[in-house]
Amino acid sequence: MSTLLDLVSQCQATGQHHPWPRVAVDATTWQFVAEQLAAGRWSLLGLWGGNAAVHAAVLDSDAIAVLSYDCKDGGFPSLSRHHAPALRLERAIRDLFGLEPRGIEDPRPWLDHGRWGSGAPLLDNSGARARGRPYRFLPAEGESLHEIPVGPVHAGIIEPGHFRFNANGETIVRLEARLGYVHKGIERLMVGCDLGHAAILAGRCSGDSTVAYALAFARAAEAALGIDAPARAHWLRALMAELERLANHLGDIGAICNDAAFALMHTHCGILRERVLRAADACFGHRLMRDQVVPGGVVADIDDRGEHTIRALLVEIRRRFPSLVELYDNTASLQDRTVGTGVLKHELAQQYAAGGYVGRASGRSFDARRTPGYPPYGDLEFATPVLHEGDVNARVWIRIREVEQSLTIVEQVLGRLPSGAIRTDLPRRGGEGMALIEGFRGDILAWVSLAQDATVLRCHLRDPSWFQWPLLEAAIEGNIVADFPLCNKSFNCSYSGHDL
Amino acid sequence: MRKLLFNSMIRAPLTEAAPRADDAALAELAAALERVARRRLGRSLAIREVDAGSCNGCELEIHALNNAFYDLERFGIRFVASPRHADVLLVTGPVTKNMREALVRTHAATPDPKWVVAVGDCAIDGGAFAGSYAIEGGVSAVIPVDLHLRGCPPRPEQLIRGLLALLEKNARSE
Repeated sequence: MSTLLDLVSQCQATGQHHPWPRVAVDATTWQFVAEQLAAGRWSLLGLWGGNAAVHAAVLDSDAIAVLSYDCKDGGFPSLSRHHAPALRLERAIRDLFGLEPRGIEDPRPWLDHGRWGSGAPLLDNSGARARGRPYRFLPAEGESLHEIPVGPVHAGIIEPGHFRFNANGETIVRLEARLGYVHKGIERLMVGCDLGHAAILAGRCSGDSTVAYALAFARAAEAALGIDAPARAHWLRALMAELERLANHLGDIGAICNDAAFALMHTHCGILRERVLRAADACFGHRLMRDQVVPGGVVADIDDRGEHTIRALLVEIRRRFPSLVELYDNTASLQDRTVGTGVLKHELAQQYAAGGYVGRASGRSFDARRTPGYPPYGDLEFATPVLHEGDVNARVWIRIREVEQSLTIVEQVLGRLPSGAIRTDLPRRGGEGMALIEGFRGDILAWVSLAQDATVLRCHLRDPSWFQWPLLEAAIEGNIVADFPLCNKSFNCSYSGHDL
Repeated sequence: MRKLLFNSMIRAPLTEAAPRADDAALAELAAALERVARRRLGRSLAIREVDAGSCNGCELEIHALNNAFYDLERFGIRFVASPRHADVLLVTGPVTKNMREALVRTHAATPDPKWVVAVGDCAIDGGAFAGSYAIEGGVSAVIPVDLHLRGCPPRPEQLIRGLLALLEKNARSE
């Protein structure tokens, strides 16, 4: 049996791609890749288009490679025919680049709602016509089924997307999401940008993960340029990334309980979340730490006062959080809602290479901070919690355990922060780079190709939600409609990060 | 749970009215907002939030308005689930072309008198996304806007300040 590294060694390497190889593959090899993915031997990390080419990032245990297929005749053999997780990615590639995934089983567009004025907007000199046509949701057939359309404008303060439920009484028979409402054309805007401006755009893919996105883009750009950020910058980046994780997990734990009508947890978790944001503001001058991570390092350093602020934050969370965990664990009426609700099977989490708490609550332990890993996490001690129940309760517990782990990481970072510069100058040269970063909801992939003057030729950012949204549809089946908000919040997928 | 609830009763509230120097502006703002809101709308202002393509950063800070520190409801201002119950549409994002129709319909479903507040730099003119094939380029390109609140995202106290400005503007125009 051939491993990914064997395959890479047999193919022709393309360009200067770092830190993992990128190789050109022919139709036979592309088919072989599809089979390996379908057999579950390899995982799909990403699939994106370019001008007359598609690229697949693939993971084989701890080996990563990008495989590029030349779309000479305007198309490529569909991977999703063999490996369902590629389906929406292929539909997006067709919408954005006009490249036809041959043999794809779902002919519908995905991001293109027929409102952009033209088709294939990422293709140079496209001239393609808009594809506007009625969108048909997947049917559900059976006695006394009824359909419930929800969105894109929802009842809460949340992002827009459309959910189509088919229900039998209260029980959901099928849920299908339709996304793309917040597609802003970020990847097109990035073309031709200098790295500074592109980093600003990367930090606005998904506001809740602005640090993680900026970090993913920065590391991909640094890999392309063949440079490394100063040591202190690595540690400050980890500090910000863990503060972001803390803020989001604390907010989510409360919000999930709130969707089970348990407002007390929401209130107390909201207080802790606000304290994290205020500490971030005091240290870095922005509550969400936006635009703080840049290619070459970080913008702001912290001083003794900042360190003191964060240490005080750790004390406060450690004092308050355990009683909230106890409250969650000991409230039977709340547990009644979360235990056994929205179960995601391990096999599906594995097949879709689901990252973050979605994967870890269903027995998939992948954590980009370990594999492939990036500094300074190799020097830090932390655990990656894994559970196997796959229900809402497990997704809450993963977050609880990750809050605890992030607290210890922040503490270690503060204790061992190396001195020195926080930013290095960027050379003006071309290259290709990729990075995989653990955001709070899972691994974010960034891929960038730079021209000789270090402007962006093409950048692709893949949100973890691409591989989590379809799983929500699977997990909700057989649950009651009233539990959808609870399940949805426990996944907390990004609309904006997905739609770009 | 009883212990937590009991502690909440005996601990001082977190809600900020404390007159420390750097917090004074917020406290002052809070008092003023309360007066005007009561005069105009009889203690109540209902807000419907519409995300028209934001990165979700603005949503995070709008959520924060409901936490114990800002406690927007103490002013009689609250978020509602339907535009039909709303006085104010709080719109975020550069308005993507894919959200245009939904925004127009939401606006049409909001009864008069109504006000539209565009929140965030990209809601003003597209911000970082200006020039994209996929956006309209700001809320006012699609529906009439009464107030623009800058920031990426605006801080919660800026959002409160903005709601106050809206109320004062309408009080003067009478």
